[in-house]
Formats: sequence, structure tokens, C-alpha cells
Amino acid sequence: MPPGAQPSDFVLQTSPARSGLDPARTVLETGVVVLAKPTRTTPAVAINLAMRAGSIADPPGLPGITWLLSRVIDRGTATRSAADIADELDSRGITLTITVTRHLLSLVCTCLADDFEAVLALLGEMLMSPSLPEREIATRKGEVITAIRQDEDNPAVRATETLMALLYPDGHPYGRRTKGSIEIVESLTREQLLRLHADRFAPTGLTAVVVGDAEPARVKEVAARVFGGWRKPAPSSIALPPVRPATARRRVVIPMMNKAQADIAYGFTTITRRDSAYYACWLMNVALGQYAIGGRLGDSIRERQGMAYYVSSSLDANVAEGPLLVRAGVSPLNVDRAVASIDEEVARLVRDGLSEKELDESRRYLIGSIPRALETNAAIASFLQTEEFFGLGLDYDARLPDLLGAVTLDDVNAAARRALDPDRAAIVIAGPYADV
Amino acid sequence: MATPAEARPNAAPRALTLDNGLKVLIQEERTAPLASVWCWYKVGSKDERPGLTGVSHWCEHMNFKGTANIPRDQVKGIIEQFGGAWNGYTWIDQTTYLETATRDALDRMLFIESERMASCLYHPDDCESERHVIISELQGGENDPDQLLDQELTATAFKAHPYRHPTIGWLPDLQTMTRDDLYGYYRRFYVPNNATLVIVGDVDTSEALGRIEHHFGGIQAGTEVSRLRTVEPDQIGERRLTIRKEGAVAYLRVGYHAPAATDAHFFPLLILDAVLTGAKGLNLWSSFRVPPPQRSARLYRALVERGLASAVAGSLMPTEQPFLYTISVTATNGTPLDSAESVLLEELDRVRRDGITGAELTRAKAQLRARLVFDSDSVTNIAHQLGYFETIASVEVFTTAPARIAEVTLDEVAAAARAALRPSSRTIGWFQPLPVGSGKSKSEV
Repeated sequence: MPPGAQPSDFVLQTSPARSGLDPARTVLETGVVVLAKPTRTTPAVAINLAMRAGSIADPPGLPGITWLLSRVIDRGTATRSAADIADELDSRGITLTITVTRHLLSLVCTCLADDFEAVLALLGEMLMSPSLPEREIATRKGEVITAIRQDEDNPAVRATETLMALLYPDGHPYGRRTKGSIEIVESLTREQLLRLHADRFAPTGLTAVVVGDAEPARVKEVAARVFGGWRKPAPSSIALPPVRPATARRRVVIPMMNKAQADIAYGFTTITRRDSAYYACWLMNVALGQYAIGGRLGDSIRERQGMAYYVSSSLDANVAEGPLLVRAGVSPLNVDRAVASIDEEVARLVRDGLSEKELDESRRYLIGSIPRALETNAAIASFLQTEEFFGLGLDYDARLPDLLGAVTLDDVNAAARRALDPDRAAIVIAGPYADV
Repeated sequence: MATPAEARPNAAPRALTLDNGLKVLIQEERTAPLASVWCWYKVGSKDERPGLTGVSHWCEHMNFKGTANIPRDQVKGIIEQFGGAWNGYTWIDQTTYLETATRDALDRMLFIESERMASCLYHPDDCESERHVIISELQGGENDPDQLLDQELTATAFKAHPYRHPTIGWLPDLQTMTRDDLYGYYRRFYVPNNATLVIVGDVDTSEALGRIEHHFGGIQAGTEVSRLRTVEPDQIGERRLTIRKEGAVAYLRVGYHAPAATDAHFFPLLILDAVLTGAKGLNLWSSFRVPPPQRSARLYRALVERGLASAVAGSLMPTEQPFLYTISVTATNGTPLDSAESVLLEELDRVRRDGITGAELTRAKAQLRARLVFDSDSVTNIAHQLGYFETIASVEVFTTAPARIAEVTLDEVAAAARAALRPSSRTIGWFQPLPVGSGKSKSEV
């Protein structure tokens, strides 16, 4: 959408799967997992390389180092300068996106089918042998520091990051700011970045997904050529500290009096992705803060009370117990009323549960959205990465409707009782608002 | 193998017009069991009179609130039960609504759009409630200094043309507009002879046409829409504005008056923008969400690679009437805005004086060719493109875009640069952050 254009409503967050993706999975001798799915929509290919080296791999005292590595890893390799890489990408019209989540550092792009082989080789070299030039580190540090300053001036980011720190205290990796702090970024050295790469990047941690106008046999052959000579032992595993459920309600206000709107972040820790209650929790979250314009929360806060342009909830069940976050942007005059309305909806859900109709609607919506959610090459590639990361099985997309179909109303209501409780909520308000 | 990108023009849809003036574009795409329906109206913030700024966008919000045959509490669920998504947006030339869902929802989608065209209710309580939602949306935008600068720069660059006011409207207008203002505006512009209906997906064209006739055929044509006819006078001197406000980061924006989508300079300028900041493609719905390939772009090298900026972006939108070509710069910590500005202007002066090289032309065309392929990766995106161009110009501008881009010459780019990048035609905006806690806010033009 063009900058300045006014969107009306949120595009609904959708979820997995169409029956029969049936990707071809190969494990190279070195341990790299290769997943290939041919499609014919456009003469293009989506490449998604995910390394199990997300921000939880930040060594003690160095939060943000993985983020800085992600900004430099594509700026020079053993055989290519930053200028060579710029030319290779730009001449093919490719935008390379590098993301860092808690568990993964991912290189993602779409290229024309004719360029697939050269581009996979280029991306592979970045992952295996980045040169991390000093000059590039200095330039990217400046960018990261500017981004941190922008975050610090952004009420929505401040609210969410502070909420995560409340939910995951005592230095838990899920509670840390992924970009780190200005002081730490300024202090990071090339040697530290090289050490992180040497310690955490290895073939056993890499999943390469290729979706598009390329035959699986060719994908396998090219991947074997690119990654076949990369031999390293598996990195040591990183133990996550236990997540302790909250025992009391917590509330933090971050006054930002130079802003016009206040952002509210409200949440709980919930369950792991492998928990058997995951599908019940997912359906519960759809009804609470997703369905149509923000589920029950949207009905109350946006539609009936006209208090907010946006309000919704999201569930991020992960390796450890992930968060359920409610977020809303409201006038400073409506902060207290909006928080009370969130409390009320959460309490009502715990007390009375969903109706059969709401469960049915949420289920039909999620199952029906599978073809749309898996329409593009990039979306399929992302789905296959999730499938591989959580070990969901190659037929997960085909099983998903049954998994959702098996959830009962009792399951959903039990999930709500387990995850939600206003008396244990963590709440952060950032914006032109201060406690009296 | 799919057809090589070089040989693939943008497909032309089946086009026809109903007796009541509704334009229809249908394109069969059988890559997924989906259909995307978009209904476009030739009404946007350029159609708003003083005192009613933001009315187009507010109407768009009201048009999700229930109709004569869809009770308010049953709006949600109609598309969701098919796993579908729906949305809409308003901008300077257009307002549009979409649903994308499994193909068996086609009839429901058409029903919703026909109701939206003819039978929205505008209940006074809903209008009032939505006033607060929209003001909340406006305040959310004001939280972003870069967005605030963009709004103020646009208002400074245009003296007369209604492109000058923001799509969301000015706050005093949002506080005073009435239900009758909204409903009158809705009735005036939401008529079949001011709309284009687009369907792309796994549909049968003749069957879809039958359902379109069923749902829309009975809607009466409206009076021909009269338009504001303001033409922006030539800008005769550089304009400047500075916003001094509490914040953390400094931003710079430069805007030049730019040609409309149908102007001969448009595609050459698109190439020029690709050389300066990387190719964005032409899909405002999707491709602007992905940064362009820009590492070898001139302004990226001059500003980001030299550590003066953390980001630089160019924006040239296909619009019905001449709008703006803007370049935005996020200064890195400690970089004075005047340093960033002098480097930026130096580069723009250089390209205006010397043009671009043959190698740059080749690379820009390759980038745009790839982006056009990437932009058409879903039925939703294809449908957006057809409707967007039909609404601001004609669908042919889109279907012939690959050929037009391929034909652009060095001389055309040089001529477009000389015409568009005149110093007297530019407006320069600064967001100068004041220390947080200083309690100051000031705007200077």
C-alpha cells in the first residue's frame, strides 16, 4: 500500500497449509536439510535459508551481536567483495532480506528461475564464509544504532519490548531486545563476530528451502554442490532457562509525552509449540483477537466502543513457552478504559468460554484460509521452514485440517483457563500517558 | 518451465461494461483454488473540498458497517467462513475494497460488493464511533516523525491542488464532519458508472459475468460525477520546511513535482528512480512492503555506504494527475541534515546534468523486469494491478508496462531528469529532533 494511503482494516493473520504440498526432503551428507517444492505460478523461485543461530545464541553480556552479524554477513565473503555482492543482487533485481528471530537467522529472497543456481551459491557463501570487513562493520553499526534510536522513539516497540522483558525476566533470551543496546553495539568487534559465526553456524543447523520454478532434483543437485564441502561439527546446544508463570499482575508505564497516541501491550506466557494443547490455544487466540477485525477484542474496543484503530492478539508458541500478546493503539484519554476492556474480555473468556458457534467459525476460517496462506512461493517456503523447525512432518499441511477439527470446546476453554488470567497479566503502556 | 520472464507481457483481462456503466475486468488464473474480487471507485482525497478533508477515507470505514441486506452484526463471518481475507484502502485518486477467498465464495464476494455500492446505512451512532477510530488512526500516524514530515512536505509542495491534504484528513475537519456530509459523499461517488469491478482467480468468465449481472445489473447509474478541476500552477522556487519536535532521529525529504502515469516522462523517471534508489516495481499494494534492490543505487552509495544515512528511499507513484517524486533519508546519529542534504542534492544535480550510463539503464530494466514478475505472484496482487491502473488511467498502462520499460532510452531518461529534477520545482523538508523532555514542538515553513 502506498505511503500515506489509509488502510481500513488489518489483513487477517492467517495460518498454515493446503493439502498435498508434498515437498521433497533430502539430508545432505554434511547434515544440511534441503526441502524443495516445485510450483509454476511465475518464472521465479523463493529461497529461504534458515540457520539455527537466532538471538538466543547471543553470548552472555553481548545481546544484539547476532543482529549485527545479520547486518554484515551479506557484505563480503571469502571470494566476493561487498561491491561484487551488490552487483550480483542488484543486476538480478533481488532484495535479500535477513531476519533474526529468537531461534533462527534466515536469508530470504525471490529471484527469477534462471538465476536460481547463481543466487543459491551466493547465499550459501555468505552463510559459510562471510569475511565481515571492518569497514562494513563500522557502517552497519551506524545503521543499527540509528534503528535502536528509532525503536526508542516508537511507543509500539517500547511497549512490546518492555512487555517481553516483564514476561521473560532475569536475562531470559526471549526477554532481550534483539538489536541490543547502543553501548553494546558500539563495543562489538570483528573478532567477536567471527567467533560467533565459528561457534554457531554449521551444516547441521541449516535448512535450505527452495520453492518455485525449479525441479527438486535440480535443487538437490545445486544444494549439494553449494553446501557439500561444508563440514563442521554440530554446535553445542543452548539450554533455555525455564519460563516461570507470573504469580501477580504487573503494570509499567513509559511516559512519552511527545507522542499523540498511546500503545498498550498486554500479555502472558503460554505454551510451547509442541504442547498438545497448541491447536486449542491457536483457535482460542483467533476467537479472542484475530477473527474478522480483531475477534472479541476488536468487537469490543474498536467496533462497539470506537476506542482504537487497531487491537488484536497474537500467539507465538515456541521452543519455550511463548507469549500471547494483546496490542492496541488508543488515545491517551482511553488508556484506562481500553485496559479495562481487555481485562473484561480475557476474564469473560476464562469464565464463560467460547460458544460452539465461535469455535466453529474460527475453525472454518483457519481451515479455509490454508490455500490462500500457501498461495505464493515465499509463503510456502516460510511454512516449510516452520514445519521442519518444529518437526511437524512433511504431511503437516495435509493433516492440519484434522488437527484443527479434533479440537473440542472443552479443549479450547481449558486452554483459555490455562493461559489467561487478568490477575497475572503483564501490562505496558507507552505514550503520552502518565499514572496520576 | 514457465514462460521466461523476458517474453511474458502482463496478461490482458477480459473487459466489458454493464449497461449501468460498471466496468468489469476478469482474468482467469488457475494457479490456486482462489478468487480475488476488488471493487474500485474513482474517489480519493483529491475529490475532497476544504472542510471535508478525510471524507473519502471515513466513507471507506463506514462501508464496512452493515447494509440494507447485511445486518451490522453479520458483516463478519461472510468471507471468513471461506477462509477469506478482506480489506480496503483509500488514497489520493482511489478507494478500493477487496476480498480474497476460496473460489466457492465468489458469489458471496460479489454480493458484498454490490451491497457496498448501493445499500450502506451510515447509522449516526456508527458514524460517531468511527470518528474516534479514525482520529486514533491519525494520532498513530503522528507518532511516526517520518510520516509527519511526509504529510507536511506534501502540503507545502502543493499550493492549490487537493493532492496537498493528507488522505486521512486534517484533524479539525474530522472533528466537525457530520453524518450527512458522509452520506452525501457516499451517494455521489458510489455509483456503478464511477466504479471498476475486478475478478482474478480460478473462475469461469462467463459464469462470473452472469453472477455480476445478477448482483450489479439492477443498480441504477448515478449522475455523472463532477470533479474538482484544480491544476497545480508551476512551482517557481524552492520551498523549505523544518519541523522541530521532540524525537530521536533526524529525517530529510525532498519532493519534486512528478509526471502522471500517462505522461511520456513517467516510465523514464521510473528508470531514473531505479538508478537512484533501486527499482520498486509498480504494485503499491505489495511491492512497496519489500525494500528495493538498491546496494548499487547512486543515492544508497552516496549516503548509506558513506555512513551519512541509515536508509534512503525513492517514491514515484503512478497517479492520475501529476503528483510528487520524493526521496527520503534517515540520517545516522550525529550526521547534520545539511550534510546529508548537500550530498543528496549534489547527486541529483549530477544526474540531471549528465544523465545515467548504459550499464545503469540495463540494470534498472533488469530490476524492473524482475519486480514485475514478483509483483504478480498471487491472484490478489494481479487483481490489484488491473484495478489500480484502470482507476487512475487505463488497464493498458499496466498491460503494456513491460514493453514500455524495455523501450526506454538513455535520452528519454536524461530528458525526464532535466524536466523533473529542477531545483525550482523542489520542496525540502527536515525533521530536526529536539531532546526528548524539552517539551517543545515547532514547525517552520
